[in-house]
Amino acid sequence: MAGHKHPSYLKIYFTLLILFIISVLGPELAEILGLEGVSRVVLVLSTAFGIAIWKAYLVCAYFMHLKVEKIYAPYILLACLSLLFVFFFGTATDAMFANGHNWVKEYSEEKALAEVIARDEHHEDDHGHSESHDDSHSEEKSH
Amino acid sequence: MAEVAHAEVGHGEHHDDHHEPSFWSKYIFSTDHKIIGFQYMFTGMAMALIGGYFAYVFRMQLAFPGSSIPFWGTLSPAAYNSLVTNHGTIMIFWVAMPVLIAAMGNFLIPLMIGCDDMVFPRINRLSYQIFLLSAIVLLASFFVPGGAFGGAWTSYAPLSAKAQYNSTPFGAPLWLIAVTLEIVAFLLGGINFITTTMNARAKGMKIYDIPMMVWMIVIASILFMCSVGPLVAGAVMLLFDQTLGTAFFDANAGGDPVLWQHLFWFFGHPEVYVVLLPAMGIVAEVTCTFARKKLFAYKLILYSSIGLGILSFFVWAHHQFISGVDPRATYLFTTTTLLISIPVAIILFAFVATLYGGSIRFTTAMLFALAFTGEFLLGGVTGIWLGSSGTDIYLHDTYFVLAHFHYTFVPIAIIATFAAIYYWFPKMFGRKMNETWGKIHFWGTIIGFNGIFIPLFILGAGGQHRRIYNFQNYPDLAGADMQDMRVFATLSLIVMLVFQIPFIVNFIVSIKRGEKVGKNPWKANTLEWVAPSPPPHGNFGPVLPEVYRGPYEYSVEGREKDYWPQNEKPESEAT
Amino acid sequence: MAHQIIATSRSRTGIPTGRLAVWWVIGSEILIFGGLIATYLLNRFNHGPSWSAEAAHTNTFIGAANTFWLLTSSLFVVLAHAASERRDARKTRMWIWLTIMLGGFFMGFKTYEYTTEILHGYTIFTSNFWSFYYTATGLHGFHVVCGMVIMAIIAENDIKNERNWHRVENIGLYWHFVDIVWIFLFPLMYIAK
Repeated sequence: MAGHKHPSYLKIYFTLLILFIISVLGPELAEILGLEGVSRVVLVLSTAFGIAIWKAYLVCAYFMHLKVEKIYAPYILLACLSLLFVFFFGTATDAMFANGHNWVKEYSEEKALAEVIARDEHHEDDHGHSESHDDSHSEEKSH
Repeated sequence: MAEVAHAEVGHGEHHDDHHEPSFWSKYIFSTDHKIIGFQYMFTGMAMALIGGYFAYVFRMQLAFPGSSIPFWGTLSPAAYNSLVTNHGTIMIFWVAMPVLIAAMGNFLIPLMIGCDDMVFPRINRLSYQIFLLSAIVLLASFFVPGGAFGGAWTSYAPLSAKAQYNSTPFGAPLWLIAVTLEIVAFLLGGINFITTTMNARAKGMKIYDIPMMVWMIVIASILFMCSVGPLVAGAVMLLFDQTLGTAFFDANAGGDPVLWQHLFWFFGHPEVYVVLLPAMGIVAEVTCTFARKKLFAYKLILYSSIGLGILSFFVWAHHQFISGVDPRATYLFTTTTLLISIPVAIILFAFVATLYGGSIRFTTAMLFALAFTGEFLLGGVTGIWLGSSGTDIYLHDTYFVLAHFHYTFVPIAIIATFAAIYYWFPKMFGRKMNETWGKIHFWGTIIGFNGIFIPLFILGAGGQHRRIYNFQNYPDLAGADMQDMRVFATLSLIVMLVFQIPFIVNFIVSIKRGEKVGKNPWKANTLEWVAPSPPPHGNFGPVLPEVYRGPYEYSVEGREKDYWPQNEKPESEAT
Repeated sequence: MAHQIIATSRSRTGIPTGRLAVWWVIGSEILIFGGLIATYLLNRFNHGPSWSAEAAHTNTFIGAANTFWLLTSSLFVVLAHAASERRDARKTRMWIWLTIMLGGFFMGFKTYEYTTEILHGYTIFTSNFWSFYYTATGLHGFHVVCGMVIMAIIAENDIKNERNWHRVENIGLYWHFVDIVWIFLFPLMYIAK
């Protein structure tokens, strides 16, 4: 690997840090501004995941030297990544429509949400008795 | 790149002054690729005997329900399920994979590409040791309380996820751990094969000079590596469901049982091609050598198998047509499934075209290779019905499916493997196997095999469902005509198993007493025939061969000899 | 091994064999983590509201701190690689040990995080979100620990004896990959609510 020119690792590192701070602040900002609906989704997705992709690109390209690596290596990684998309979308055609005509699903999203909220309230009630709360909770789940 | 200096000398003098290594370091903890290949091969053969024995026991139960089975006793329903499950698991993961990919790959890749070992010899050894551990874990699962896992080799959730459903609290996790370990072993081995072929080819061996066998093993290893990831993640999730009690695949708690099927079959379908491709590589080598003819359409076969590999990632949900996948998705998966028959057909027809005008020698290896081409075609053609979502609704989970995939897996894992063993035996041990006994073995195997599965096609089309312990409990399936066919299939199985005895005897006797052969008994072109038989440590001696031409230059016009080894210098340079 | 194997010294692709193998390992790891993340996403889309409510309980501060440790360790390991190319054993070992230290910080924060969450009743059985949370972060943590162990071996066994310099780069690639996995797990588990 001798011979090629290294980029400044520190520069890449500080870029990564700035991106990281944005990715944390973005969703917080959505919370503070009280955004709802599409604008909230766009802000959260672009700051959280768009920046994750950007960061991953920077690490791959400069820290892992994929920019100067022989072409095989990025092909290997891209092939694996694209198969992942095949898996995701192939499975999504089924898993995203998980409702049958001939069977009843006992699980319901509303009930699950209500359970989470009830658990949270319960949790706030006996704050500080976390051990006893833990026990009662596991009993709740076990049936 | 200073580390990769091209210093290809100084090999011979080093190990001359070695003292003779002990038995343990020579055969058990060796890093030599040939020894590791043998280890895989013998382990795989031993597992094949166990898997065949299981098949014998449960076929006896189906033919003569409730009676006491010789060498077993009466078979309980739970034991029946365990045997069926582990027969499938063993035959795919502990027979087809180790023998076809690991044994053949380890033994042949370094020889065929002209180098002295794999690039990671110690990882190679580790891979075998993990594999051996996985086999021991699997066999150990028969001796734990509750018995071995009985939820089918596909291990569908929720049956596999909860001990209260499968009543094998220890067998199920052990089965899963064994499969995961086996996957890890083949990931290590596969990466070794791929890197070896990419980086360590002999001088002059260009991309189209690589023998088909090596190509096929490499493509298969890449397929395995790319498909198995989601299953590893799924196996961790299923293991947590089994042992900790999480609910990844429990619909009541918001999990998705069909998700396991997706994770499994995203691996499971490419897996079929993982074992198919090396078998096709074997058949390509054997067919060319004994037809004395250049492989028809080398590049087309290569591109077809790459296309086959890519397409195989788009077909997995055809296993799930009736397990609740969205009906719209079945359009897509039917189309891709029917498309995938095209590259397979191209490859098989290229083998047939190779025979055309050749000067064919019917050695045992050639007979097995020809049998593969014919029998696999039958297996492939019956797959068309199962790949179409309409007919699959009727045929799903019947013996038709079972007969179909046995018509693909037996040619792959049994017939092609025998072709390989008869063909490369002289290279492995320096002696030939007995041809007469080989032919007896061949006909017994082929007749027995067809006798088992043709009746099962008929039974399956007649509605006989899989995974049923005793058909006498189902009046529609208990008729005398159907029972007769079951008995016929079972007797054929016994015939097929009995005819393996000549093979085993022939194999063992030939190692010691077979006819001695030189370097190149079949007059073949590829590089493994340049090395002495059996190849010593380091394979080719001090100087590794160079390659000047493709691997299939048989019967070239204007040449006195009908073969032209890859390493023979062109006459212009030789003189 | 007593004698030198020629196969290991060949490099037809131009990529040294060890590094090529690491690329394939990373490729297979992409599919292992990717399979887990894909199933997580499918569930997340199916159970939007209840999973969002669950995700609100993860500790964003610790997640962010852990991201910071890993990003910094990525810098350190690439500096170790740069030092190894100069054949500077002292600097290489220093950067490797600093990387291991940051990996240790990561695991320490992780331990604290797991402990507090389990004490608050969010165990692996609480709901499927938590099952995924513990499985994905646990599998990632396992990779971090493996990387730390391998780095310690490389630093003390190879670099100390000034041999096998290429291993620094190989483990570095693996470590960057583990970092990238965390870059994606962090928004998935902690900040998308």
